[in-house]
Amino acid sequence: MALDDSYLRYPKRRHGYDHDRYGWSMLADRPAIRWPDGKSLAVWINLSLQFYPLNQRGIPFKVPNGMTMPYPDLRHYSLRDYGNRVGIYRVLKALERYSVRPTFAVNAQLAQQTLYLMARLRDQDGEFLCHGWNMDHLHYGGQDRAEEADIVQRSLETLRELSGQPIRGWLSPARSQSWNTLDLLAENGFAYCCDWVNDDLPYPLSTERGRLTAMPLSSEIEDQFVMSQNLHSEDSWVAQVKDAFDYLLEESANQGGRLFALSLHPWLVGQPHRIACLEEVLEYVSGRDGVWQAPAGEILDAFLAQTGESG
Amino acid sequence: MKETLDAYQYWPYEGRPKIDWPGGARVAFWVAPNIEYYEIDPPANPHRKAWPHPHPSVPGYGIRDYGNRVGHQRQMALLDKYGVRGSVSLSVALCEHHPDIIAMCRERNWEFFSHGIYNTRYTYGLSEAQEREMIRDGIESIHRHTGQACAGYLAPALSHSEHTLDLFAEVGQELFGEDAGIYTCDLFHDDQPTPIRLRSGLRFLSVPYSLEMNDTIVFAVNKVEPRHYLTMLKRHFDRLYAEGAESGTVMCIPTHSYQVSCPHRIKAFEEALEYITGHGDVWIATGREIARHYLDNHFDTASQDIAARAGG
Repeated sequence: MALDDSYLRYPKRRHGYDHDRYGWSMLADRPAIRWPDGKSLAVWINLSLQFYPLNQRGIPFKVPNGMTMPYPDLRHYSLRDYGNRVGIYRVLKALERYSVRPTFAVNAQLAQQTLYLMARLRDQDGEFLCHGWNMDHLHYGGQDRAEEADIVQRSLETLRELSGQPIRGWLSPARSQSWNTLDLLAENGFAYCCDWVNDDLPYPLSTERGRLTAMPLSSEIEDQFVMSQNLHSEDSWVAQVKDAFDYLLEESANQGGRLFALSLHPWLVGQPHRIACLEEVLEYVSGRDGVWQAPAGEILDAFLAQTGESG
Repeated sequence: MKETLDAYQYWPYEGRPKIDWPGGARVAFWVAPNIEYYEIDPPANPHRKAWPHPHPSVPGYGIRDYGNRVGHQRQMALLDKYGVRGSVSLSVALCEHHPDIIAMCRERNWEFFSHGIYNTRYTYGLSEAQEREMIRDGIESIHRHTGQACAGYLAPALSHSEHTLDLFAEVGQELFGEDAGIYTCDLFHDDQPTPIRLRSGLRFLSVPYSLEMNDTIVFAVNKVEPRHYLTMLKRHFDRLYAEGAESGTVMCIPTHSYQVSCPHRIKAFEEALEYITGHGDVWIATGREIARHYLDNHFDTASQDIAARAGG
């Protein structure tokens, strides 16, 4: 039995994309931008602080780095929790040593569970962004809209209260979205979303409720992607991050401003045998000409101020 | 279902008639940038899922879009620098979606060959008539948008039927004679071109593409570290260059801009290009040029040798 002939029909074979979330534009063709003080490369250091529930439902899929063993999976539960108890404090020391102004992507439920940690993070001269409710509350195609709307709103309100910040940014758990996620984010007043990794600069997203900006948080050099998914060595991760940084710094000097976004997880990079690798990376990226290191929201504002668009 | 693929016969690597590349080169070297479009919400195919999770699969779609928005121009700059004209493995719907990418390839006199309509529409489950229609769409779209007769085929997402090679040769040569429908990239059985046996008896060959050197296989499937890819490419080249002193060999680097053009990987790729093109006896070619040279100079001799040695 052959497939229905509709399999060879292509209703969205047209100029631009097969969706209406953002417009077609090649990075190298855009007007050059400059970051504050004439810098060419904006560096965004993102720490994801996560809660992986022990009773993981896995709807609609089991999140990477979540529970894999029969219940109760103590090894993965406690190893992820290690990041919030131990790893983060090691990472914070490293950030302070290199005067990094961090961005914290926090699961709202974790913020409720770790008031001491939240107080400590508030002293860091950084920015909080909302990383959803927890790592087992995924946003996905086919999800009930009211259910998702409730998660977005509850996560935002919880983190807003516990962070003392307005909360302008969103990173979906596992970067998973439904068809409604961007509309719900705009409806709740978010200014930017980090899930899409298709660019080395911010770019506008369109929603039912108006403008949102994509802030691409690179997944390719993310610590968990390189070391936990690809199983590369710590040393290889350092080499990859340095190579990416060097390339973008040179491209930004020649073609116009670029964004270098480094996503980190304290449960991984905060381990004793990995922390020196993070320190090596931070030393490498912080001592260079042409670099402007800032939290994501400030990078967004500098971008919008130049492109003449409102956030 | 058949137990063995009858597209080619057993033909040992040693003792074959000598292949002479233009200028006495040892290796014919070609780069095949895959320029692809993956749909965000493709129709379901019962034989293969397009995305691992419910649509929209934002991470998968996003990084592939990175190749189109960011990566191709980086790769083009490198291929320009090292004097390589790409042989584009094209999701032909990209002609409609992103014609400016096609225009940049045309300015460089690159070759286009068909890689199906979208990389999210598979051959699996199509009737022969449906597959013929899809293949015709690919060839006609390339001609309409680029003026080129489509010489080669890499089935979309490497999804095949038992008739894929037959149909591509039949449709291509019916439309454009021996300017189209002359080579396949879908077989990984050899380091030299080989004649392919078709039901039609049309002259048709396999040009070595390479799964082993394919960046997506290397990085996304085999999880290789970027700098080790450089080591692999150099070793692969060194051996084919040495063996090419006896009889010409082919090296292909199939690329995807969402892999090799990422900032943490592009340096290793550049060093490989510098290394390979820095050797004297390398014929930097396109897939079509290799196929054409082989058809004109070696195909008949090879076919006779295969017949003479049939059964080993």
